[in-house]
Amino acid sequence: MTIAIVDQGEAADPHARPVDRPFPGPASKRIVVGFGFWIFLLSDFIMFSAFFAAYAVLSGETAGGPSGKELFDLKTVAAETAALLASSFTCGMSALAVQTRQFGKVYAASFFTFLFGAVFLGLEINEFARMVAEGAGPQRSAFLSSFFSLVGLHGLHVTAGLVWLSVMMGQIATRGFIRTTMRRFLCFALFWHALDIIWVALFTVVYLMGAAK
Amino acid sequence: MLGKLDWSAIPFDEPIPLVTAVILAVVIAGVLGWVTVKGYWPYLWRDWITSVDHKRIGVMYMALSLVMLIRGFSDAIMMRSQQALAVGGAQGYLPPSHYDQIFSAHGTIMIFFVAMTFMVGLMNFVVPLQLGIRDVAFPTLNSVSLWLTASGVLLTNMSLVIGEFARTGWLVYPPLSELKFSPGVGVDYYLWSIQISGVGTLLAGVNLVTTILKMRAPGMDLMRMPVFCWTALAANLLIVAAFPILTASLAMLLLDRYLGFHFFTNELGGNPMMFVNLIWAWGHPEVYILVLPAFGVFSEVTATFSGKPLFGYRSMVMATMAICVLSFMVWLHHFFTMGAGADVNAVFGVMSMIIAVPTGVKIFNWLFTLYGGRVRFHVPVLWAIGFMITFVIGGMTGVLLAVPPADFVLHNSLFLVAHFHNVVIGGVLFGAFAGYSYWFPKAFGFPLDERLGKAAFWCWFIGFYVTFLPLYAVGLMGMTRRMQHTDNPLWTPWLLVSGVGAVIIMAGIGFQIAQLVVSIRNRHRTRDTTGDPWNGRTLEWSTASPPPFYNFASMPVVEGIDAYWTMKARGVERVEHEYEAIELPRNSPTGFVTAFFAVVMGFALIWHIWWMVILGLLGAFVTFMVFAWRKQDEYEVSPDELAQLEREHAEGLA
Repeated sequence: MTIAIVDQGEAADPHARPVDRPFPGPASKRIVVGFGFWIFLLSDFIMFSAFFAAYAVLSGETAGGPSGKELFDLKTVAAETAALLASSFTCGMSALAVQTRQFGKVYAASFFTFLFGAVFLGLEINEFARMVAEGAGPQRSAFLSSFFSLVGLHGLHVTAGLVWLSVMMGQIATRGFIRTTMRRFLCFALFWHALDIIWVALFTVVYLMGAAK
Repeated sequence: MLGKLDWSAIPFDEPIPLVTAVILAVVIAGVLGWVTVKGYWPYLWRDWITSVDHKRIGVMYMALSLVMLIRGFSDAIMMRSQQALAVGGAQGYLPPSHYDQIFSAHGTIMIFFVAMTFMVGLMNFVVPLQLGIRDVAFPTLNSVSLWLTASGVLLTNMSLVIGEFARTGWLVYPPLSELKFSPGVGVDYYLWSIQISGVGTLLAGVNLVTTILKMRAPGMDLMRMPVFCWTALAANLLIVAAFPILTASLAMLLLDRYLGFHFFTNELGGNPMMFVNLIWAWGHPEVYILVLPAFGVFSEVTATFSGKPLFGYRSMVMATMAICVLSFMVWLHHFFTMGAGADVNAVFGVMSMIIAVPTGVKIFNWLFTLYGGRVRFHVPVLWAIGFMITFVIGGMTGVLLAVPPADFVLHNSLFLVAHFHNVVIGGVLFGAFAGYSYWFPKAFGFPLDERLGKAAFWCWFIGFYVTFLPLYAVGLMGMTRRMQHTDNPLWTPWLLVSGVGAVIIMAGIGFQIAQLVVSIRNRHRTRDTTGDPWNGRTLEWSTASPPPFYNFASMPVVEGIDAYWTMKARGVERVEHEYEAIELPRNSPTGFVTAFFAVVMGFALIWHIWWMVILGLLGAFVTFMVFAWRKQDEYEVSPDELAQLEREHAEGLA
C-alpha cells in the first residue's frame, strides 16, 4: 500500500532534480524526519534479524521437549495475521485522513487500527499462555527460548505501537493537526507497516516452516 | 525492599577499591562544592546540561571520554605492574577476583567509553560545521544520546564501590557469563551499562547518517564532502547496522540470566558459540566504527598541514566505503579456533587479508599528500606520522593473525593483545589526539600549547613501543592473556620492560593534563582571532572560533572540494551583510532527565529492585510525554539580531 503524501506548504522533494544540478541544501523537516525514522527502522530490522538468526540456529534444539510441529496452531496464526494486516490497512486510511486533516476519519480509522492491533496481541498472549501451561515455556528448551524471544519481541513492538497511537490521538485531540504531530503520524505509519513486514517473515520462517517440519 | 542490595555489596575488606572510592568521593564532592560556591549551576544547567547545540554536546562527549581515559589507564597500569610483580612465589598485590574485574573493566571502558565516546563526540562537533549547517538533524535526540552514554559510564563506575564488575573479559563470553558461573552482579552491571549507552550510540548513528545524507549546505554534493564527513558517514552507517546486533545478543544473555532462557547455556540445547558469533558480528564492524573517523582526521590533518589537496580524494572515498562493507565479512577471524573447519577459516582468512588492501590505499594517499608539500610540523602532524608508522606495524601483525594456522598458535596470547593495542592505540587513540589538537582552537578560540603537546606525543609514541613490543615477544614465547600470576621466569624481564613503557605513557598523559592547564592559563595571550589558525581547507574554518551558536550567519554555498580553500583562493569575503531569519532548536532537559531515569532503572535491574524498575520506566515515559507535548521547539533569530551578533563579534576582534 502506498501512502499519498500531500505536502503541507513545504517544498516538494528537493532531491527530485536533474543530476547535473548541485545539491540544493538541507531538505525540509518532513523529509529529514521521515528519512531519519526509516534509518531507525532499518536498525530495528537488523535487531530482528539477529533474533531470526538465533532462531534459525536453535530451532532444532528442542532438548527432548515439544517441537514447533506439535505446538503451532496455524488457525490462530492465520487469525493473528488477518488482524495485523487489517490494522495496517486502517492505519493507511488514517494516514490519508491525517493528510487531509479530517478529525472524524482519523479517529475512526485509528480506533480500528488500535482494535485490530489489540486483537492480534490478545491472540498472541493467549497462544503464549497456552504453551506455558502445557509446560512448553521459554525455559524448556533453546528452541522455545528463541521462539518466545523472537515472537515476543514483535509483540513488544506492537504494544509500543499501541501506546504510541493512543498518545498521538491525545495530541491530535488537544492540539489539532500541527506539523509536529503530522510528522509523528507519518513515522507511526512507517513503524506500523514495518511491523507487518517483520510479521510476514515471522509467519513464514517460524510458523509455516515450523509446522511443516 | 532493596532486592539483592545490602551492606555486603560495599567492599570493606578490599582496600584498593575502597580507597579509590574515598578519593573519588572527595574529588567529586570538591568539584560539586566548587561549582556551588562559585554559583555556576545556572550557567551549567542552561548552557551545557540542557544544551542541544551539537558543538556543546560534542565537547561534553570528548570531556567524558578523556576522564574515562584516566580511569581506563589506571586499570592498565595496575595490570602491567601486577604482571611484572606476580611471578613464581610472589602473588603481587591484586587477588585474582579483583584482577579479573580490572581487565574486564579496562577493555569495556577503553572501547565503549573512551574510543567510542571520543569519536562520537568529535563527529558531533565537526560534521555539521564541515557540512556548513547549523545543527544535526535531531538536536534533542542528540542530547538524549549523550546523556544515555553518560548513564552507562556512571553505572560502570558505580560497580567500583557498590558490588563488583564482570570478571569475564570485556565481551562476557558465555557460558562463563551465565548465571551458573557468574552469579554476582558484575555481569549485570556490564550488560545494563552497555545496553543503555548502546541505545545512545545507535540514536547518535541514526542522527548523523540523516544529517550527512539530507542536510548539507547548498552545492555540497556527496563527492564534494570533506573526507572526514565521508568517514563519519561510513562509521555511522556501521553504527546503525552493527549496534542492533550488540543489543540483540546482550538482550539474549540478559534473558538467560534473568528469566532462565537457554540461548547460550550448556543445557537444553543452548549454544555458547552462537554468542561469540553474534557479538563479533557487531565487534568487528565496531573496530572500524572507531578507526574510520580517525582515518578522516588524518586525511584532514595531512592535507591542511602540507598545504595541498588530499591526494586521491576519490580513491579515499572508495577505500572508506569498501572498508565499510568488508568489515561485516570478517568476524570469524576472532575465533578461528572455534572449529568451523578449514574451508570456512580459509574464506575468513582471505577476507581479512583483503581488507588490508583499501587500508593500504589510504596509507599511500596520506604519504603522497605529505610528499612534496611544505609540511608544517604541528602537533597534529606528529600524531599523524606516528600513526602511519605504528598502524602499518599493527596491520602487518594483523595480517599475520589472519592466517588461520598461525592464529591457532597465537590465539589468546599476548601477541594478540599487543596486536590490537597496536592498531587501537596507534590508530584510534592517535587519531583522537590528532583531532583533539587540530580542532581544539576551533572549539575554544585558543590553541593547545605546542611544546607540551610534542612532549606528550613523544612519551605516548615511545611508551607505546616500550610497552607493547615486549608483549609481542612473550606472546610468541607462549604467554596467554589475562594472567594474574605467572611462573615462567623467562617472561619476567619482558614484563618488567612493558611496565616501564606504561610509566612512559603515564608521563605522556601527565604532559597532556599540563598542556590543557597551561593552554587555558595562556588563553588571553594566544587567542585566535581569525577563526582559521591552520590555514584550513574546509568550511569549519570559515566561521569564528569558537563558532557562534548558529554556526554560520548565512549558509555557505559550496563550489568544489575543499570549499573554504576555494573561497579563499577566489578572495570571497567572509562577512556578508544580508541576513535571513534563522530557526534554532530550543534547549531541553529531556536528555538529562531521561538519562537520570535510565540510571535509576539500570541500577534497579542490576540489584533486582523491581518497584524501582517500574518507577524508572514510568519516569522515562513521563519525560517523553512532557517532551511530546512541548509547545514550542524552536526559536527564531531575526536578521537584525544576527547582524548585531556578527557586528559584536567583529568588534570583539578589532
